[in-house]
Amino acid sequence: MRTAFIDQLIKEAAVNDKIFLLVGDLGFSVVEPFAEAFPERFLNVGIAEQNMAGIAAGLAIEGYFVYIYSIANFPTLRCMEQIRYDICYHNLNVKVIAVGGGYAYGPLGPSHHATEELGMLRTIPNMVVAVPGDPVEAKAITTFSARYNGPMYIRLGKAGEPLVHAADAITEIKLGEILKVVEGAEIAVFSTGAMLKYVADFINHNNINASVYSFPFVKPIDQGLLASLLAKYKKIITIEEHQMSAGFGSAILEHTNDFLNDRILHNAPAIKRIAIPDKFFSISGSQKYLREAAGIILQTKDFE
Amino acid sequence: MKQTSVEFALEIRKLILKLIFKANASHIGGALSMTDILAVLYNDILRIDPLDPKSEQRDRFLLSKGHACTGLYATLGIKGFFPIEELDTYTNDGSRFLSHTSHYIPGVEISAGSLGHALPIAVGIAMAAKRKQATWKTICLISDGELNEGSNWEAIMISPQHELDDLVLIVDYNKIQSLGFVKDVIDIEPLKAKFEAFKWNVKEIDGHNHTAIKLVLSTLDTNSKQPTVIIAHTVKGKGVDYMENKLLWHYKSPNEEQYETALKNFK
Repeated sequence: MRTAFIDQLIKEAAVNDKIFLLVGDLGFSVVEPFAEAFPERFLNVGIAEQNMAGIAAGLAIEGYFVYIYSIANFPTLRCMEQIRYDICYHNLNVKVIAVGGGYAYGPLGPSHHATEELGMLRTIPNMVVAVPGDPVEAKAITTFSARYNGPMYIRLGKAGEPLVHAADAITEIKLGEILKVVEGAEIAVFSTGAMLKYVADFINHNNINASVYSFPFVKPIDQGLLASLLAKYKKIITIEEHQMSAGFGSAILEHTNDFLNDRILHNAPAIKRIAIPDKFFSISGSQKYLREAAGIILQTKDFE
Repeated sequence: MKQTSVEFALEIRKLILKLIFKANASHIGGALSMTDILAVLYNDILRIDPLDPKSEQRDRFLLSKGHACTGLYATLGIKGFFPIEELDTYTNDGSRFLSHTSHYIPGVEISAGSLGHALPIAVGIAMAAKRKQATWKTICLISDGELNEGSNWEAIMISPQHELDDLVLIVDYNKIQSLGFVKDVIDIEPLKAKFEAFKWNVKEIDGHNHTAIKLVLSTLDTNSKQPTVIIAHTVKGKGVDYMENKLLWHYKSPNEEQYETALKNFK
């Protein structure tokens, strides 16, 4: 996903001379082509994320489209107040890019696990929270971000994720769009971020008659489409690489409750949330191992 | 004849006092300590136009110690950035004049309230100026206690690296922070040597001497490839004898009698 991101960003920067990329001394073998193509619009600000977010705000005040790039918690939690107050309160054109979402950097441990930031960021006014599901979505989200005026967070995976969508399946993505990946009956899986490949494979390999939707946006989510999906299915399973509280599944529950309260929806489907059960993992493990340890898995009985 | 910065400072001080008294607000000490610097900046130095506050060619002034907002609001109000009567709403329900600086006020570049935020933003603005080959300056005023914030030192470290010689940092060194004297909380001395070690041009002045303030701000070396810091030695509560150098006046608002006494100080 990070390759899809940087390749698309280079294309966008070629046609928009306001695009500026700041990195926090990370991005080896990823960001170099951008730095070479646009040396005046690239800066390694060093290992100083608060300063990176502040500098981004300053550049954005002066008209730049600024991207700040680092790993997992560093461009997010480490400078959360700068994101909230400097970037979001001033409603500036800064895109926060984190690579290594969820357990992507599994063996590196909790310092490098981004498993709480969606909840923190989606509570901040003006912030758009995007979590692409595969490199095709990552490319489309990057294109979207280069045209979107305002603060935005993009959680990427790492390099080398397989495609779920066909390479040219998404030509344009709209704010809050929900993407149908598999068509089935009665039960639907709502997946956000890099869980998508696992979910699509699970449904296919087990010949399960269920729908799969990818949510490249955790905030906002297309309200009309979401309400119609909640009315259509008798059971929804949400799945994410994030703590159970405040993340994607929580957002779906909140919307469902509000639809019921506002009588947009008359009956709610059963909703099962799959997420991390309020836990850190102090053991080493691959992304797959840690997902399983955290219980971020589908079971065939979920679809009976 | 044009008003002098000394006359302007007196007007600002009277308005700060009135705003804080009427609103029963805090932070008068830190507003009065930077008043002379603001008066010189807005009277003699900054290229700004109250009728065109977002002019591309303006100098950018960022106040980091947003709690001292009354000083900036008074300065901008007197200068005509907004109808000065609107200041009567300061801290009222529904007023845009809250007790920390707000970028919704014409002439205020950024909102500030959480300390250690403005200097990194100023660095970004100064970097943009370099890339645009602009001639305007970016001037950021911080408090002394605020140097406790690590984010300021991140910004202080990176500025010489990128030769931001149009960036000016002013430290309002009034020696008192929120819960005590700066030297007793975290002693920031030797401050001049610290900035020199970080490769800044360092100027040290009496932050209440208008001639000195004007001289240092009008003779900046903007081709030195180094940013400049002005360490301005100031007195918290400057101009009101019973407030000067007193921690209490970081918090307290004057009562009616104290208000009248303070006004007499300004005559």
